[in-house]
Amino acid sequence: MANLIGQSFRRKEDYRFVTGTGQYVADIRLDNMAEAAFIRSTYAHARIKSIDRSAALALDDVYAVITGEDLVGKVGLMSEMESHCRLPKHIEDQIKPIMKHNVEPVLATGKVKYVGQNVVCIVAKNRYIAEDAAALVKIDYEPLPAVVDPFEALKEGAPLVQDDLDDNMQAYFHLPVGSWDEAVSKADHVIKGRFTSPRVGSNPIETRGVVASYDNRTDFLNIWSSTQMPFEIRHYVAKLLGLVEQNIRVVAPDVGGGFGPKGGLYPEEVLLAYLAKQLKRPVRWIEDRVEHMSGARHSRDQIHDLEVAYTKDGTILGVKDDFVLDVGAINYFALTCAYNSAAHFRGAYKIPVFDLTCRIALTNKTPNVPYRGAGRPEVVFAMDRIVDMIARELGMDPVEVMLKNIIPAEEMPYSQGMYYKDGGELIYDSGNYPEAFEMALEMSRFKEIRANQEQWRKEGTYIGIGFSSNVEGTGVGPFEGAKVSIDPSGQVILHVGSSSQGQSHETVFGQVAGDVFGVSLDRVTVKNGDTVALGYGAGTYASRSAVNAGSAAHLASVKLREKMLAVAGNVLEIAPEELTMQDGVIFAVSQPEKKITFPELAAAAVPGMRCKVPEGMDPGLEATHYFVPPTVTYSSSVHAAVVEVDIETGFVKIKNYYIVHDSGRVINPMVVEGQVQGGFAQGIGTALYEEVVHNENGQLLTGTYMDYLLPTSMEVPVAVQGEQEYYSTCNPLGVKGVGESGAISTPAAIANAVVDALAPFHVKIDRLPVSPNRVFDLLQDTRSEEVMMPK
Amino acid sequence: MKPASFEYLRPASLEEALQYLADLGEDAKIIAGGQSLIPVLNMRLSTPKYLIDIGRVEGLSYIREEDGYLAIGALTRHVELEQSPLVAKHCPLLLEAVKWIGHAQIRQRGTVGGSIAHADPSAELPCVLAALRGEIVIAHADGEETLAAEEFFLTYLLTSLQPDQMIKEVRFPVISNAAGYAFTEVARRHGDFALVEVAAVVELNENQEIALARLAAGGANPVPCVLESVEDFLIGKTPDDSLLEEAGEMASEGVEPDGDLHGSASYRRSLVKTLTKRALQTAIQRAGGISR
Amino acid sequence: MKTMEITVTVNGKKRTETVETRMLLSDFIREQLRLTGTHLGCEHGVCGACTVLVNGKAARSCLMLAVQADGFAIDTVESLVREDGSLHPLQQAFSDNHALQCGFCTPGFMMTLVDFLQENSNPSEGEIREAISGNLCRCTGYANIVKAVEQASQALAKQGG
Repeated sequence: MANLIGQSFRRKEDYRFVTGTGQYVADIRLDNMAEAAFIRSTYAHARIKSIDRSAALALDDVYAVITGEDLVGKVGLMSEMESHCRLPKHIEDQIKPIMKHNVEPVLATGKVKYVGQNVVCIVAKNRYIAEDAAALVKIDYEPLPAVVDPFEALKEGAPLVQDDLDDNMQAYFHLPVGSWDEAVSKADHVIKGRFTSPRVGSNPIETRGVVASYDNRTDFLNIWSSTQMPFEIRHYVAKLLGLVEQNIRVVAPDVGGGFGPKGGLYPEEVLLAYLAKQLKRPVRWIEDRVEHMSGARHSRDQIHDLEVAYTKDGTILGVKDDFVLDVGAINYFALTCAYNSAAHFRGAYKIPVFDLTCRIALTNKTPNVPYRGAGRPEVVFAMDRIVDMIARELGMDPVEVMLKNIIPAEEMPYSQGMYYKDGGELIYDSGNYPEAFEMALEMSRFKEIRANQEQWRKEGTYIGIGFSSNVEGTGVGPFEGAKVSIDPSGQVILHVGSSSQGQSHETVFGQVAGDVFGVSLDRVTVKNGDTVALGYGAGTYASRSAVNAGSAAHLASVKLREKMLAVAGNVLEIAPEELTMQDGVIFAVSQPEKKITFPELAAAAVPGMRCKVPEGMDPGLEATHYFVPPTVTYSSSVHAAVVEVDIETGFVKIKNYYIVHDSGRVINPMVVEGQVQGGFAQGIGTALYEEVVHNENGQLLTGTYMDYLLPTSMEVPVAVQGEQEYYSTCNPLGVKGVGESGAISTPAAIANAVVDALAPFHVKIDRLPVSPNRVFDLLQDTRSEEVMMPK
Repeated sequence: MKPASFEYLRPASLEEALQYLADLGEDAKIIAGGQSLIPVLNMRLSTPKYLIDIGRVEGLSYIREEDGYLAIGALTRHVELEQSPLVAKHCPLLLEAVKWIGHAQIRQRGTVGGSIAHADPSAELPCVLAALRGEIVIAHADGEETLAAEEFFLTYLLTSLQPDQMIKEVRFPVISNAAGYAFTEVARRHGDFALVEVAAVVELNENQEIALARLAAGGANPVPCVLESVEDFLIGKTPDDSLLEEAGEMASEGVEPDGDLHGSASYRRSLVKTLTKRALQTAIQRAGGISR
Repeated sequence: MKTMEITVTVNGKKRTETVETRMLLSDFIREQLRLTGTHLGCEHGVCGACTVLVNGKAARSCLMLAVQADGFAIDTVESLVREDGSLHPLQQAFSDNHALQCGFCTPGFMMTLVDFLQENSNPSEGEIREAISGNLCRCTGYANIVKAVEQASQALAKQGG
């Protein structure tokens, strides 16, 4: 009986944001708070010979200068995020992974392994003075050979990134589905290509930050961090500092964007907690943007060597991929992105044979972690580019080849013959990919464009249309928790374990709970991001919150509703089945004078002699539920890009863009639309503007916003959206995740559109971003005789 | 990213400012709009001992037409150029170029003197100044000098300014009503520094032949590059597509670009050719539009 | 001078404060005046999150020293909400149109727009996009921000400014 679900409510959280009264970590002010700054390595690989901090310590208002040596034996080493590393046994048996353990100290000890690694921490009265002190610290480095290219890193004899390992191959696995050799034997052609998705940085507009404060009387640590995973932070701070978890509270306050890399444990979180206790005063650290460019973790950075076996009518028989993921100096997330790449490679295509080999290479660069798409954009780019190439080899329209290979609707649910990372069989539960494609063709006026392209080219205008599809496993586990209660005021209070960085949790989950209790949205208060609220929580990442936190909120609410009816039945002396709940009142339909309000009910549930809670139930009106998804649920989208290319300057202009998406049952359409458009904007960044660049010595060349280019309002048009709504079969709400879909197919669609626009020149785009200089170089290489003088 | 400490000085008059420069020049930096300097201070790429804030100096913010020049005081903000009827009338090339400077918020604070002194070869104002053969009035405690643009810009971010000198006025030659002009630029994103930019002014005689040509490219050389050989080549010729093609080709041969992350040397060279053609095309159209 | 006394009119109130001369206007506003609605995104003048009004015109507060604002009027996002707590049409429009997700860039956008809408009462989509091109958003993809500005400009026109 949904009233709120499906409606585009204005957000409850907006008021504080638009009035500038939100509370981000940099807005927290505590009495006697000191400020920390870090000195970060300026070498990609070097031995730390000595650190002279005497001049820094002599400065007024400098309270501490800490090096890695000070922490040995006191602060544990950081390592893999266990919750992301566990692989079910049957997957291990199938892919036989090699996984090497790797560690990182909170402050570098002995060696630095990447530009941006924390070396020294200064604590002072304010950031200005801390930076003054930092300028006075003398660090004597002995530079060592750095390995920057992942292929070089994997060669025998390459300098080691992690000294206790034998080589720089941090992980390896091989996933075969069917027989590649057999597919080749049946094929008419085999096409090969190398596809590169470079390193990028998620760059939320709010950088990272931590405030830590220790209360001596209660032996309690309070930590605020701009994080996506407060519960994980609490776990690891406790572990690395040898503390009791329940004596630590981690709060993710208002967080200004995350997108992935704010998930995971960072050294600053551990160190600030340690310092708050040591120095007996609150300490804060707010990352500045220059720090962020090398200190916040990077993403993507995959190179795929792909082969596809196909018949002369364009049917794809099999795919073989050999890829390298450049993970930087340490891998915190095991096979998270790499296995995602494997699982999502074939996407909406029906390809029975799939053979994938992955090597994860360590290099002397910032560690690489999941970011919006998390391994999916890289493979969708490779797959849809090569499908486009196959079409052009055969003289067929790329759309024709895509449609030929797409999974027919009647074959749903569809099995890809492998497992998803969570151990479930990879079976697409619901969706209709051909229908999405048809919608995209219609919306983009594909036929009209094809009919006009020739004429446009004669006039010197190069317009192209490109497509990409994807299927995304969303709502991954391990679980998410929700606790709902009725406040004595009658307000429904919902705590969820996942925390928002802009995903509208306070509204969306309010809608979910509101529907169960039959109340309007203003009668539900949603809180999130606080470890004190729930026993366990996982976090907001991987398009998982609507599914997991939403389902947990729903089920916890259902539990509580049932209990409330039981208590009300006891109070009103009527069977609970006779009762109904609406607008904060529980009443008997047949005898409306028998009614009780939420506040009255809450009072009746207070423990004591007058408690009206039935025998066998605990006092109070509260229920908790941890939702464990059976496996992921699959959302999907088809993107169409229409671009115009200036063949003299190489500039690509997006004329129109369309995204048809299935995000399952939609709780708040406005929020979903915003997520898709936001993902699309990041996709444009990946497609055309963004690249983290290091030189051969591992020096970061894209160290500021002069060089790392985020798209503005002039570069991001509106992506016109079309909706499908195929309910998920994997959770009680029927929802699917949507956070990443806008980002996943955008680079592929745009690259294909550029290739299409430049069809007379037969360019091959196999790496991102499709910058003007790259387009220019491609045109130089393949200039054909038919170039027309532009008007 | 907080600046290192400095002694802050705020002269009220030009004389006071010049005296500070004479006394402290080597250890001092001037701040006007701060749009280029403050990021540098924040990143501690520069840690001057003294910061001389000339933002309150009287009499340095003006736009005047005199002797065939638009005389612009060093403290004139970019936004004032945008809004000035004098600029629109006497040097519309400048108006067209100013719109490419960053974003509105930058133009609100940034100054003409600051942009010229900063001497980024991909900045818009140095390119226009060079194309028009403009002048810079330098002041110091002992007097003033007027320098030509080509004497002033030495190389990437370096000018002839000595530690005891500052820019007082920038002088853009007036463009005749009959002239056509164009300022064209390509940048990675809207508002970014130019990859390459070209400023062009063209006048036609009664036979529709080119009688005057001014052409400079930015972003393709360590200093704004006056394309003098192309200008000479164009004089006396009737504009048509193949002339522009040849002019563009010549222009691309006249520059010595450095490659960087955003554009290789060969790409920049090619952009010089393309933008020269396009700028000339627009300028010629605009010149032809005023028929004699 | 390494410190200086300055007088600034902030959100209509005159304030006299002693500051280090190197203190950025953005830090002055946030740390000394405790107006934390203005946010820091890059501190090198690109992202626009720190945008405030300086004498009524939008400027990047991370690119000014506090001492440069001596004698000026500074208006921050906190000045927009009405005394009774009701929202300025721009704030209302942002919320109505889901023009914010994480909210971090929002104050900077709104101050840019307050200035812009004062000068442009009926902007086209192209003009709006150009006006906000100096503010970065990583969450929304800008589409709803444009819609919000269209709504706000109409609402402000009705109000008569």
